Amino acid sequence: MADPAYRAAGEGMLRIEPLGELAAIFDRRSQQTHLVTQPMPEILAALAAGPCDAAGLAARLADSFDLDGEGDAAAILTERLQELTAMGLVEPV
Amino acid sequence: MSAIRTLVELLAGCRNAADLAPREWDGVIAVARAEALLATLAHRIDGAALPEPVARLLADARAAADVATAQALWEAEMARRALAPAGVDFVLLKGAAYAAADLPCAPGRQIGDLDILVARDALPGAEAALITAGWEWVKEDVYDDAYYRDHMHELPPLIHKLRDRMIDVHHTIIPPTARPSPDAASMLDRAIMLPNGYKVLHPFDRMIHCAAHLFADGDLAGGLRNLWDFHCLTRDFQARGDGDSDTPEGALGYDAWLGDMRARARLWGLGPAVRRASHLSAALFENAGDYRRLSLGDRLFRARLLARDDWGRETRPFLRLAFYIRSHWLRMPPLMLARHLWTKWRKGHAAAR
Amino acid sequence: MRHSIRIAVGPVQFRIGSDWAGPVAALGHLYAGYPQDDTRPADATVRLYANRPWRRWLRPSVHIGGDYIVPDALPLPLSMGLLAAEMGMNLQVALGWRRHLLLHASAVARDDRSVILSGASGSGKSTLAALLGESGWRLMGDEFTLIDPASGDALAFPRAVSLKNEAIAEVEARVGPARLGPLLAGTPKGDIRHLIPRADAVAAMHEPVRPALLLFPQFGGAPAIERIGQGEAFVRLTEASTNYIALGEAGFAALTRLVRETPAFTIAYPDSATGMSLVEQLWALAPR
Repeated sequence: MADPAYRAAGEGMLRIEPLGELAAIFDRRSQQTHLVTQPMPEILAALAAGPCDAAGLAARLADSFDLDGEGDAAAILTERLQELTAMGLVEPV
Repeated sequence: MSAIRTLVELLAGCRNAADLAPREWDGVIAVARAEALLATLAHRIDGAALPEPVARLLADARAAADVATAQALWEAEMARRALAPAGVDFVLLKGAAYAAADLPCAPGRQIGDLDILVARDALPGAEAALITAGWEWVKEDVYDDAYYRDHMHELPPLIHKLRDRMIDVHHTIIPPTARPSPDAASMLDRAIMLPNGYKVLHPFDRMIHCAAHLFADGDLAGGLRNLWDFHCLTRDFQARGDGDSDTPEGALGYDAWLGDMRARARLWGLGPAVRRASHLSAALFENAGDYRRLSLGDRLFRARLLARDDWGRETRPFLRLAFYIRSHWLRMPPLMLARHLWTKWRKGHAAAR
Repeated sequence: MRHSIRIAVGPVQFRIGSDWAGPVAALGHLYAGYPQDDTRPADATVRLYANRPWRRWLRPSVHIGGDYIVPDALPLPLSMGLLAAEMGMNLQVALGWRRHLLLHASAVARDDRSVILSGASGSGKSTLAALLGESGWRLMGDEFTLIDPASGDALAFPRAVSLKNEAIAEVEARVGPARLGPLLAGTPKGDIRHLIPRADAVAAMHEPVRPALLLFPQFGGAPAIERIGQGEAFVRLTEASTNYIALGEAGFAALTRLVRETPAFTIAYPDSATGMSLVEQLWALAPR
């Protein structure tokens, strides 16, 4: 299966509150709370610019993160994106 | 006047909420909770001059219902995300449909499990897609499983392992063993696509399903809430037709469309259910208290619907039992009922030892 | 129902009906000093009933019902009717209250600031709160603490304290018998005796208090204090709340604010005296 692109929630749908090293995310659509660590909030922020796949996301995040070895980064991001999909926070398009 | 009748009159709008004595609210709130109608009532009398503690409690109920409705609609969205990629078309039923279509009965209405209707031949695909997306069987029990698949109108209930919410996937609106036989394929054909992308039943079918659910498929537990749904569905259709359906907006008179709907219901053997729902909703929610035109049978149903005292307790145990047995009788041919009860009894017996 | 009583605890007005006179009389004794407004409609209804008519006299057993019920809850013998009433009242609040974020926690206050103690049964949160309430603190409640989403303040729910087992003797040594209910021996939760909160704690029950400390007590083991992060406090309190999910964003906002603004600690203590001194120690250091 081709690497899918993912879409973030619409603007204003998520309320993100940093809690120390964690972030609490309230999803206004589902009314659910998700507690996440870095880099989840950063992924969501990067996706806000528009849907993209894991490789595209790695490129967007490279500006603000030190991602060693591009292949690795995309694989890790794919896992994170699948976790965010299970939470309903992002959706494959 | 008993609290449950006061509740009915408040919903009907023929009693002014501001006129209740403060302590009358004790009973009204208790019976409204027992009938899962508190938030519905809270919306219905929003803005009335109420004792401050009642006003605050009803505001709490409205806020909590908004949260619960959003949670229920999210389950519909999760079902869409699971089923759309698998090419499974589905129609929302009952509470989730009312909320998705923003019908007048939706504000404050409690929504339990997500109920969806799919074509019979789409069932295996729906089942597989839901299981891939994290739903799992509630019961692993072989008898119950076989029983559902063979005789009921839905897959055995599935529950999502992370969100802990149930989905009921129906392929017809009442069990195939029950005597009325609605045509699910025709219902799917006539379903309406909403602007938000969800499908719901055609207004006629919505009303027929509501009536069928009220009388033919249950022991009338929660019946008052279902009857209120029916009342709102009929009033809503009468008031504005439905621009998305093949019925010209507002073009039909009330009697004409009621006739149309009844003809469709009769075709499926659900004429009596729709007729009785119409009588009861008129008697309870339109000319509240005017029961003169009800038949003896209607009156028994009315008594069952109002069998609750001012402490919220169920009353009339024998009437309730009669309706419970009736609900099994209606869903299953007698011989099958005997086998069902026998199997259940033997399992209960074995568990006790 | 045959017998009934109305009781206001914190913001909740209860209406309690019973098939027997006994539980209502016992409640009347415990709650005699609470404010009474007979015209106020009830927020919650509790029913104590016999599920068969003859069970009112023959081996009477008390079923617990009300607006919200637990389907398979076992009945209690009539001698434990007071415990049944307490469980019924707790149940209605735990399952029905939506105005505030409900924490399964005890709380005490001093100088308009509160210490919230959250823990499971057996953590000693109830005993600590009861003893602190006799030692210069205002008892806010031994079971539930309410957080107002609008203001972030803690609100009291000072029901009669449910003392269990060893805690009974500890409190009996400090208060007169007039402030204690009857001893309920051998209940499913062990021995139980209720403590009537001090009159000033009842009189102040509607006064909101700023949360100043969040404590997660653990009874047993060497004395220890450990600071915990906002994320951990958040997780522990969502688990200690019966209505967090039902409140939606209001609950989220209230809880994130609470854990951000309130320092949180776990404390372990081998006995009540040590527990109380740990609370005082942290209180002295708490920012104000």
